[in-house]
Amino acid sequence: MPNSVPISWYLILSAILFGLGAAGFIFRRNIITVFMSIELMLNVMNVRFTAFSYSFKQVDGHIFSFFVMVVAAAEAAVGLAIILTVFKNRATLMVDEISSMKY
Amino acid sequence: MSLWLIPIFPLLGFLVNGLFGRRFSKGLVNLFAIGSVALSFLWVVKTLLALGPMETKYVEHYYTWIQSGVLNIGVDFAVDRLTAVMLMVVTGVGLLIHIYAIGYMHDDDGYYRFFSYLNLFMFFMLVLVLAQNFLLLFVGWEGVGLCSYLLIGFYFLEGFATTAGNKAFIVNRIGDFGFSLAIFLIFRQFGSLDFTKVFDAAKGMPVEASAGILTTITLLLLVGATGKSAQIPLYVWLPDAMAGPTPVSALIHAATMVTAGVYMTARSAALFTKAPISMDTVAVIGLATAFFAATIGLAQTDIKKVFAYSTVSQLGYMFLGVGVGAFSAGIFHLMTHAFFKALLFLGAGAVIHGLHGEQDLQQMGGLFKHMRITAITLLCASAAISGVPFLSGFFSKDAILVAAYARAPWMYWIGVLTAGMTAFYVFRAWFLAFTGEYRGHAHPHESPLVMTGPLMILAVLSLFGGFINVPHWLEPMFAEKPENQLLALLSAGVGVAGILISYVFYVAKPGLPDSFANSVKGLYTLVYNKYFIDEVYDATVVQPLVKGSRAILWRGADAGLIDGAVNGIGTWSRDIGGVLRRLQSGNIRSYAAWVVLGSVVLLLAIGFAGGLK
Repeated sequence: MPNSVPISWYLILSAILFGLGAAGFIFRRNIITVFMSIELMLNVMNVRFTAFSYSFKQVDGHIFSFFVMVVAAAEAAVGLAIILTVFKNRATLMVDEISSMKY
Repeated sequence: MSLWLIPIFPLLGFLVNGLFGRRFSKGLVNLFAIGSVALSFLWVVKTLLALGPMETKYVEHYYTWIQSGVLNIGVDFAVDRLTAVMLMVVTGVGLLIHIYAIGYMHDDDGYYRFFSYLNLFMFFMLVLVLAQNFLLLFVGWEGVGLCSYLLIGFYFLEGFATTAGNKAFIVNRIGDFGFSLAIFLIFRQFGSLDFTKVFDAAKGMPVEASAGILTTITLLLLVGATGKSAQIPLYVWLPDAMAGPTPVSALIHAATMVTAGVYMTARSAALFTKAPISMDTVAVIGLATAFFAATIGLAQTDIKKVFAYSTVSQLGYMFLGVGVGAFSAGIFHLMTHAFFKALLFLGAGAVIHGLHGEQDLQQMGGLFKHMRITAITLLCASAAISGVPFLSGFFSKDAILVAAYARAPWMYWIGVLTAGMTAFYVFRAWFLAFTGEYRGHAHPHESPLVMTGPLMILAVLSLFGGFINVPHWLEPMFAEKPENQLLALLSAGVGVAGILISYVFYVAKPGLPDSFANSVKGLYTLVYNKYFIDEVYDATVVQPLVKGSRAILWRGADAGLIDGAVNGIGTWSRDIGGVLRRLQSGNIRSYAAWVVLGSVVLLLAIGFAGGLK
């Protein structure tokens, strides 16, 4: 495939996006932003799976990315439910304030 | 012939009394305790009558105890002429002492406990005597040691009794260590522990091959014997063992258990006769012990201590006998000694009982009119041990001394001197207790028939036991020894002289002992304090051991090394944990930051590693 986009571009893009996701997870305090950062990191992985799968002409990566999507959807449902419950009980979305289970 | 019945009766007595005796009346305890020993005695008599002259050894095999490689140890009992003598002594004298103990222990707490221990002792002693191999003998050997410990410490509320028990046990461990080494060596050399096999193999060994190994084995056996039979250097436990009740002193620490070493040496005669160096060592140790203990006996004031040192001394005679090759004379003396020394102790017990626990000779005196039977029977025993002609001690002691003369005349002369001292100290005790004026404060009374009965029987045995011709009986096993009437009468004369000197000192001129003691004050102090041997042992062995154990084993190894390592690891983990704990902040985002940091480090590492390739 001489005209196709080189795989390194995908990798660089996904690295940048993953870095953003990780940074968002670490530095943001709003629990919804943190959650979105996690979703971002998951989807970056999907980009990689698909890119490698295309590059190696193997279907495994595609299938795997579907799995990740399914898991991410389920996780999003549970996660959002938790966030709602936390907000109901604590009236806050700042992660640092939700610390009653610390030692 | 069911030899196993002989020891099993006392064992059953021990189990019944030991388990249920607390709820039994004294009569019931007596029934089981005395009855079991009586049955055992009767079975011995029946067995010996049925076996007849016992020209050869009669062996019974019950089952194989240990089978491992070439090691094959059976539970085998055997009877030969030597065993027959021992069986009669142990069960016969044991029975008399059991009966006596009914009276002596009458008011004692732990009545059933006493008799169950005594029965257990009988069981182990009979196993020791009947055993047909070294390991089974060792079982009995250790068992009687255990019972000795239990019975010395019978009055365990008294500090000195438990200390004396510990002392006996620990000193015996030293001897038993030697004995067990000897057993290992015997197995290594002969591939068996069975008496018949070992002794036959030893007899067949050529001299040049046997000298070294047999000397080593027999010297180690001797170490065991010196522990159990209270010879130099391990005799120190026996005088202290008098802390136990007097029947125990009579049975275990005079008549039977302490003679186990002599029995074992005579049993191993086939090994000893092949090792002349060991024989000489046995004889010299025996002679030295006989003389040394007799001198200590001269100045003791506790009646039981006098007889205790006398026992050590008489055991020395027995070792002298077996050491000069007169095994039959040694066993003969073992038997007569069992009679008169048991009687001496039981008589002393009757005196102590009649004086409500007083043991000090200086608090006695003039007891003859209060307790005639005890006095007369004790007189018989004293005359017998002194070697008055035609009493039991005369025959056996002189058989030993004559044999010693044949070996080396100087041994005979020291032995004769010891015989004189023996007569002196025994009669000193008798005169101090029974003649003169009463110096104590208790109200002396004669003991009941249950105590005086055994005394009278033993008195008859002490007087006439010498006519039981044990050396002739044992002749097929051990070669006959020379006889020499002149030497025998000479030593008997010295014995009588000892009695007369004692009479002069303590009856005719009562002031003489004190002035004599003052004139040789240094020597008297030395002897009175038993040559300070206990103190010397304490300073040279016990204290260094205790202090060394404290400093090196306790503070060094235990507290320093082991505790230090355990505590060190604990402290170390806690310190590291204290640092690592800071990472566990509970803050998710800081964890995530660490994860990212770790991943970056990992990636860099992989990158560098890959780049270097």
